[in-house]
Amino acid sequence: MKVVVFTKQTFDTEAKITLDDQGKINPEGVSLIINPYDEFAVEEALRIKEKTKGEVTVVSMGGPKAQDVLRQALAMGADRAVLITPELEEMDEYTTATILARAVSRMEYDLILGGWRAIDDGSAQVAGRVAEILGLPVVNMVIKLEIDGGRALATREIEGGSEVVEVPLPAVITAQKGLNEPRYPTMKGIMQAKKKPMEKLALSDLGLTAEEVVPKVRALKYFLPSPRAQGKIVPGEPAEAAAALVRLLREEAKVI
Amino acid sequence: MGKGIWVYAEHKDGKIKKVTYEMLGVARQLADQLAEEVAAVIIGKEVGELASALGEYGADKVYVLENDALAEYTTDGYTRALARLALEHQPTAIFLGCTVQGRDLAAQVAQRLQAGLCTDCTKVELQDGQITLTRPIYAGKAFVQAISPEARPVMATIRPNVLPVPQPQGGRAAEVVQVDVEPGDIRQVIKEVVRQVSTRPELTEADIIVSGGRGMKSAENFRILEELADVLGAAVGASRAAVDAGYAPHSMQVGQTGKTVSPQLYIACGISGAIQHLAGMGSSKVIVAINKDPEANIFKVADYGIVGDLFEVVPLLTREFRKLLGKEKEC
Repeated sequence: MKVVVFTKQTFDTEAKITLDDQGKINPEGVSLIINPYDEFAVEEALRIKEKTKGEVTVVSMGGPKAQDVLRQALAMGADRAVLITPELEEMDEYTTATILARAVSRMEYDLILGGWRAIDDGSAQVAGRVAEILGLPVVNMVIKLEIDGGRALATREIEGGSEVVEVPLPAVITAQKGLNEPRYPTMKGIMQAKKKPMEKLALSDLGLTAEEVVPKVRALKYFLPSPRAQGKIVPGEPAEAAAALVRLLREEAKVI
Repeated sequence: MGKGIWVYAEHKDGKIKKVTYEMLGVARQLADQLAEEVAAVIIGKEVGELASALGEYGADKVYVLENDALAEYTTDGYTRALARLALEHQPTAIFLGCTVQGRDLAAQVAQRLQAGLCTDCTKVELQDGQITLTRPIYAGKAFVQAISPEARPVMATIRPNVLPVPQPQGGRAAEVVQVDVEPGDIRQVIKEVVRQVSTRPELTEADIIVSGGRGMKSAENFRILEELADVLGAAVGASRAAVDAGYAPHSMQVGQTGKTVSPQLYIACGISGAIQHLAGMGSSKVIVAINKDPEANIFKVADYGIVGDLFEVVPLLTREFRKLLGKEKEC
């Protein structure tokens, strides 16, 4: 079974967000990680590989730094990596999906995995768009996955519960937290990762031009939320404080 | 009049979801400014009777797409139905709720229509003639304002619980348009649906959330939060620390790697206030924190705080709320 996994490099969840003097999100000094949901996808791909004697290819899009997430996935056990550096000024999910779909269409695959969303822009649409472009079925927010011959049996989260969905392969499946516990790379894995192939592609290598991937959405401006005003500590013994708090919520905040 | 601002009318258990009404409110405003119509689109099996409420909340037209094969939501079935209707009528905009279903459907339809898509929007307005969408990124640590300069329809998913529900106008009827649907090949076969039986509201739609962190110390202790939640008609949430410690399932997690919520009242119990948690609940209208550590970060964002042992304070709060709300029921 050949599995392709999309991974994205994102800011650490503890990162504080600031704007640069252009008014854009400032990446300076922020530690970067593999998008946690993509990490579940990598782990799941490795488990499938171990069961089916398959092959795992990890694909990422971004600048040279994005190599780090690919190296991490290789160290975990993936076989090969593809880094696409499109060098575009403006991008949106349409752009990203078009490029990723083109890259994948040159590969052999039975299954495409990715995180159900990235924790940065949180848009949760790139994998779905890729499925649409490639004409593949998609199942999102999967917390359990079984591969049985040419079919995938995926348990996905829905509001107030879960459902089990069967789709024919190849398919696009996105990972939700709970799918698995990702492994840590071993020292041996880290050493081996250095020797594993990492293909680097530009837009032209995929036969695409900037005009073909012009974003549909344009950002006008970025801004930070206004800080919340310092609140008050309700004083007193617990019983007294509890009674006072309930009164404040009713009379002052008017939320009860 | 032509074109149209469309709202995807999501429904569950025979009821229209509240976010649909919230979207109809903003769709109405945009449509009036643009001199276009508001159309709601409802998909399912035997859902026509839900159409009347949509008119009362602002829809001029309701497209009803019914088919036995659409009784349950499937990505392929609903994508095909909505995308075909949109290709035929070429609306100016399509809004969907930023729910599990809305997100799933929006991405597929957007790609099929070669449209842009802004997800989880908290503001929709007309600026210089363009539908301008504001959405949180980094789970609310920043915001971006965006437009779709050329591609139509403009597509967005709208965060539940943020935009106001418009005042319904009793008797205001929408034109109901029954649409023939040919569901086609649906590749997702639903084998089983497991619903957790809960009388509590969805986290993302709840007006009040009672949430617990590492300070809860065990899964069993969440019972005191549930008791408080039930008095308030609230949902119960948890921090990542509590979920990672196994006190609560991930479906309850609030924060950057969980759910982003915007209730009227968020009561944080034994939650220290890690930045990724604050990102997920910082847009709550009123935040209450109960924590024994007076230096806890959560107090920096809380409107009201009680420094104390939550195991003592929470049951007392439950008692006080019961007194207040119980009294009203008797009146």
